[in-house]
Amino acid sequence: MPPRAAPSSVAAYTLTVWIQTLDRYDSIIIGAGHNGLVCAAYLARAGHRVLVLEAADTPGGLASTREFHPGFRAAPAHHASHFSDQVAEDLELAKHGAEPLAAAAKVIGLDTSGKHVVVERNAVAGVSAADGKAYDDFARTLGRFAATLAPFWGRTIPRIGNNSLGEMMTFAQLGLNIRRLGKADMHEFMRIASLPARDLMDERFENDLLKAALSWDGLIGSKMAPRSPNSAVLMMLYRQGRNAYRTARLVDSLVAAATAAGAEIRTGSPVTRVQVEPGADGLVATGVELGSGETIPARRVISSADPKTTFIDLVGARHLDIGFTNRIGRLRTDGFVAKLHLALSGAPCFTGLEQATGRLLVAPRMDAIEFAFDDAKYGECSAEPVLEVTVPSLDDPTLAPAGQHVMSAHVMFVPYRLKAGWTDEARAAIADRAIDTLETYAPGLRELIVGSEFLAPPDLEERYGVAGGHWHHGDFAMDQMLMMRPTYEAAQYRTPLPGLWLCGAGSHPAGDLTGLAGHNAAKEILR
Amino acid sequence: MSAYDAIIIGAGHNGLTNAAYLAKAGLKVVVVEKNDYIGGAAVSRELHEGWTYSNCSYVCSMMRQAIHRDLELSNHGLILVPYLGTVNFGDGDERLISYHDEQATYNELKRHSVHDADAMYRFQADLTRYSQFIRKTLLRTPPEPTSLRPRDIREFLWLAKQVWSMGEREIYEYIRFFTISAADFLDDYFENDMIKAAMASPGIIGTALGVQSPGSAYILLHHVMGDVDGNIGAWGLARGGMGAISKAIASACESFGGEIRRNAGVKQVLVQDGKAVGVALENGDELRADIVVSNLDARRTFTRIIDRNDLPDGIYEKAKNFKIRGSSGKVNIALSGLPKFTGLPDNRYINRGGQAFTGSMETMERAYDCWKRGTWSDDPFIESVIPSAWDPTVAPPGKHWMSNFIQYCPPELADGPWTPEKRDAFGESVVSKLERYSPGFRDLIVHMEVRTPHEIENEIGLTEGNIFQGELTIDQLFFNRPFPGYGQYRMPLKNLYMCGSSTHPGGGVSAACGANAAREILMDLKRPNTVPEDDFYDE
Amino acid sequence: MTQTDRFAGERPKLSPFHERQAEFNIRDAWGVWNGYKFAERYYDAEYEYFCIRNQCGTYDVCPMQKYEIKGADAEAMLNRLVTRDVQKLGINRVAYAVWCTDEGRIIDDGTIFRLAEDHFILKCGSPCSAWLRKAAFGFADVTITDISDTLAGLSLQGPTSCAVLKKMGLNGIENAKAFDIMHFPFEGDTLRVSRTGFTGDLGYELWIPRALALELWDAVYAAGEDYGIQPYGEEATNMARMEAGFIMPYMDFAEALKTVHFEHDQTPYELQLGWLVDLDKPHFSGRAALVEEKRRGPKWTLARLDIEGNWPAEGSIIYDTEACKKDIGYVTSAMWSPTVKANIALAMIRTEHLDGDIWVEIYKSKDLRPYRRMAQAEVRTKPFWTPARARKTPPADY
Repeated sequence: MPPRAAPSSVAAYTLTVWIQTLDRYDSIIIGAGHNGLVCAAYLARAGHRVLVLEAADTPGGLASTREFHPGFRAAPAHHASHFSDQVAEDLELAKHGAEPLAAAAKVIGLDTSGKHVVVERNAVAGVSAADGKAYDDFARTLGRFAATLAPFWGRTIPRIGNNSLGEMMTFAQLGLNIRRLGKADMHEFMRIASLPARDLMDERFENDLLKAALSWDGLIGSKMAPRSPNSAVLMMLYRQGRNAYRTARLVDSLVAAATAAGAEIRTGSPVTRVQVEPGADGLVATGVELGSGETIPARRVISSADPKTTFIDLVGARHLDIGFTNRIGRLRTDGFVAKLHLALSGAPCFTGLEQATGRLLVAPRMDAIEFAFDDAKYGECSAEPVLEVTVPSLDDPTLAPAGQHVMSAHVMFVPYRLKAGWTDEARAAIADRAIDTLETYAPGLRELIVGSEFLAPPDLEERYGVAGGHWHHGDFAMDQMLMMRPTYEAAQYRTPLPGLWLCGAGSHPAGDLTGLAGHNAAKEILR
Repeated sequence: MSAYDAIIIGAGHNGLTNAAYLAKAGLKVVVVEKNDYIGGAAVSRELHEGWTYSNCSYVCSMMRQAIHRDLELSNHGLILVPYLGTVNFGDGDERLISYHDEQATYNELKRHSVHDADAMYRFQADLTRYSQFIRKTLLRTPPEPTSLRPRDIREFLWLAKQVWSMGEREIYEYIRFFTISAADFLDDYFENDMIKAAMASPGIIGTALGVQSPGSAYILLHHVMGDVDGNIGAWGLARGGMGAISKAIASACESFGGEIRRNAGVKQVLVQDGKAVGVALENGDELRADIVVSNLDARRTFTRIIDRNDLPDGIYEKAKNFKIRGSSGKVNIALSGLPKFTGLPDNRYINRGGQAFTGSMETMERAYDCWKRGTWSDDPFIESVIPSAWDPTVAPPGKHWMSNFIQYCPPELADGPWTPEKRDAFGESVVSKLERYSPGFRDLIVHMEVRTPHEIENEIGLTEGNIFQGELTIDQLFFNRPFPGYGQYRMPLKNLYMCGSSTHPGGGVSAACGANAAREILMDLKRPNTVPEDDFYDE
Repeated sequence: MTQTDRFAGERPKLSPFHERQAEFNIRDAWGVWNGYKFAERYYDAEYEYFCIRNQCGTYDVCPMQKYEIKGADAEAMLNRLVTRDVQKLGINRVAYAVWCTDEGRIIDDGTIFRLAEDHFILKCGSPCSAWLRKAAFGFADVTITDISDTLAGLSLQGPTSCAVLKKMGLNGIENAKAFDIMHFPFEGDTLRVSRTGFTGDLGYELWIPRALALELWDAVYAAGEDYGIQPYGEEATNMARMEAGFIMPYMDFAEALKTVHFEHDQTPYELQLGWLVDLDKPHFSGRAALVEEKRRGPKWTLARLDIEGNWPAEGSIIYDTEACKKDIGYVTSAMWSPTVKANIALAMIRTEHLDGDIWVEIYKSKDLRPYRRMAQAEVRTKPFWTPARARKTPPADY
């Protein structure tokens, strides 16, 4: 039924609808980030006519590798990503050039004097025998818990109310899985699920460097410090048990997989608005408008942009309910991680390391992370930042001219809202501080620098269109996960605006390059 | 044959409550207390001639009315008087007065922010809703999630029904509320920092978390879910000091035939064949009983008074890892007169209730940062009350007694152990802050007692001086309290129970832990239950 | 006199009309509304009620919340806030409206005054700043200012009200139709008059900057002297509005944001305010929920009851049988209606029981001894009293 609100336009409306149905995309996906691409590939493989619209000139979003200095390239994301094996298999990414790496990168807790701690999936070096033994137990326990939760990251978590028996089964299975752990494990799981990283580490280990290194994956990306109770342990569990892929290859293979399945990808096409029209009963999303003014109708619009950008900027508050918009507005989406890219004239030399392979952590103890975080709470950059550093060109020489290298560092904590406001001086100051810090671990580093790029959270926001410059489109925290991610009204990828879906990191399960949000959204759409 | 049916270790208010209920059920009980006074942290003593200090807990709100009535505590001398207003002091001249009247409070809030004056209505409704749910669980034993026993399943179904009756949206809001920080929670309602700071302060009291730490929103609720005469969130004073509560419960206990032994510190719990059979006292006496109940905190119970070899594997470690962090200090001051505070239209306002020297959200958070670094802030959060302004029994006529609770105070200092000099320096930080708001305050001081976590632990045995007998974080709440698998007051040794605030529902002078433990003990003994299951205020 | 009031901060604020009203308030019967000292009654509620019905009276609407909403997005913001179509509201017109949560439950009701394309004033009984700010989130060009304390309002209600205004020199006021707004010069400023009110009778509301409040009062009272003018308080208002079938917040409905218990608030359909819900409007906050509510039918209905006997049924519980087998609802407000001589009430009744027998359990005390009576009630579909003079333009002189 056409809207009674505009009776004069009934004929025009009917005509438009009729014309649109003739030649219309089934789905328009906003953003060619990895989740957008995954979703596109699944839908295209199911026979949908899919158009992916990307604002940037290259697909990949935060995972896209760009030249930041002549001849030097890097991506804001990690060089290697733990991508969903299920998705890789479904989309036959191997055929499109993405192969899992033989092993996940080792994590090295750096020590200025070279007494590093090296953490690998099943072993740890540079620590006492007691810590070594404790690590075995820790890794096995977390492995069991991670396996328990693993199936649930890759599926829709239903709403608590109004659901079908089938949906309730998800909760029943989760309960059963936890029950199957056995009584002792179940007790431990319930206890540690919300434990601060610091308590978890203090209970088990003695080596400060090891504790900080193991905490890292529970904290990075969200507004979370070692003493913060909440989601650190769940984040560690979420980040376990997937194969690593080279990010650049992964993006290329996803583009190839989506294209091969028939999806169309248009880069340099920023979506400025989701078109909203009166439908038979209330508003529906009917397409998108591009920066060029061009409008493209579609049966559904799927946004891989973050929820704030999607609902507030692209749809507009006026087309949504007041409570909902404010629940979106209050999402904690302020990023606290900056990215530093360094173009180096030669390989950096870290004290006590033959080669700077792996993920190098500059966080000598948990308090170093905690205190770095304290500065950021008040809107200041950490006086003593903590860092995660990689030299991706060691693995992929194409990223830099021969013999030269790219260093890529995540710098914490750098607040999105800098109290004094973001200026070039502020950027230079914190970048400088980060380089000074690195210099103490890799003496001589400064002389190698031939070019650099520093991306504070507002820069990430501006360049990649992600609210707050937040890695995960919103903190991975207990009130923003599962059937509450991003809010309960939009957590099953469907949104309160019929015709509009979400498929990005702002949806369950969360960020990182897992492809699961895109996968889950596609499954839900195809259901 | 045992000499006693039950021995209760520690005459804190929960231990006394537990003993009272067991005695009421006809058991022969003895409470053994290491100090020569009873009450634990609910205590009032004459520490300076003519002045009675409630030198630990100082206000009361969570005391379960069902227990108050059930044990006829009024007949044993207990009178609780509600606070009828509080004053919050900002960093500068800002004052936020809360009145015991909705309309007056509305005008006062509106003076600070029109928006927040309105938002307060929703805030109060939401907090009331959250409180009502939690309050229903206070006098109930948490179900054990791994158990399939009918009782546990029934209790889970009851819980599910309570949760369900809130409606779907509220369930999500509840999850949010339980896991976020007080600062994030308040940002959803208020814009004015003074108002936020005033509302956030209950979120840090007694806890090693800051207003920005996730989880502090729940602590906030824990402090406002109590009530005086059904007024949720209201606080009150016990006439005669907090010790009056313990004394009344002790008197009730003795009226049922219970015995209380002072100067009877427990050296060790006696264990035979994996069963608790009695206690050895520090004075060499041995007491035997069918049941041993510890009112001590979980850390102390399992690491101090039980031989590690008597414990099943893993329990010692659980106790060691039990989070019980000292974070608060106390400065008790005898005054020669009533201090005058600046920025108040009338000093009468301070006579109606407490004062909170909250400052701003940042002041409070920075004080927490100091705690993390093993030091104290020179601009601490202070919650004060001058009970003598209404209670003539605690100070000589014309003189006053002021209780100051300080958040934060570290249990261990970065620069070495606590010394008397450092303790005094800590006290000075408090006095100089008070002097800032009450010029001439220093001159009124007749006597002062400064208590850091160190003193609190040494005197009344709370590990690290933690006022809740263990942090109130999700990993240690409800069926996880004190440890997962032991949330029903029964401990890993047969016939050993816990009844202190280390158990559900946690800290506060509520008497609920002791009562709940008594219910479980009576059930195990197949005795008729004498303990109320629900508070009788129907909301 | 020079001594400052130590408790000033705690006392209710005084209305700009207070000086004059205090003189009339022989009974010293004050309550508090939105922080303002406010008359429950001045002399006698019944006397004041008959002033409204027979002559005219003034009611202080200063404590009402008044929000000025301005900007290019003001209309869009309001249109999404309320269930009615604000686009249809002409300039210098007033509309009664409700606004709801996403779940379609009423937050509050009030009136929207449209003064220009991009200029509105929203008036309501309870503070609404927080929700309005939420409602404005995401709109670029809209500013909301709380003008409650700066805009004084005096409601003049009753059959002689138009005559009083004419005598005051408000030329042409008789041409104002119901819900019209007119402006008149007054003491160098502008007096805004809307033909609105809460008594169900002929009446106007006069709006003036706070500084001119007493001048306005004096002008109105000088003109009204021969027309039996008298201030009336909350009690008389409540009587008049009940006869007219108007609902009172916090009596007949619970404001959704302030309720503690699930679904103890109401939807517009439950309050029989479906006529305010414009589903032709493609979107407003709560629309999806209200579409569903309409499809399902409201669980409860606010019904007008005519109850046998003369015992007012305040606070009564309602049953399906005289034997109280099943409780089917509760009375929200009730009184003996002096005009229609009936025992009237507004009551929330479970919709499925509307057509069955309705029994009201009433308690009344005689010489301090309480008595209980089960009284049968009938549902009335029309307001108890709707005088034609209330809508006539121009109104008759008396």
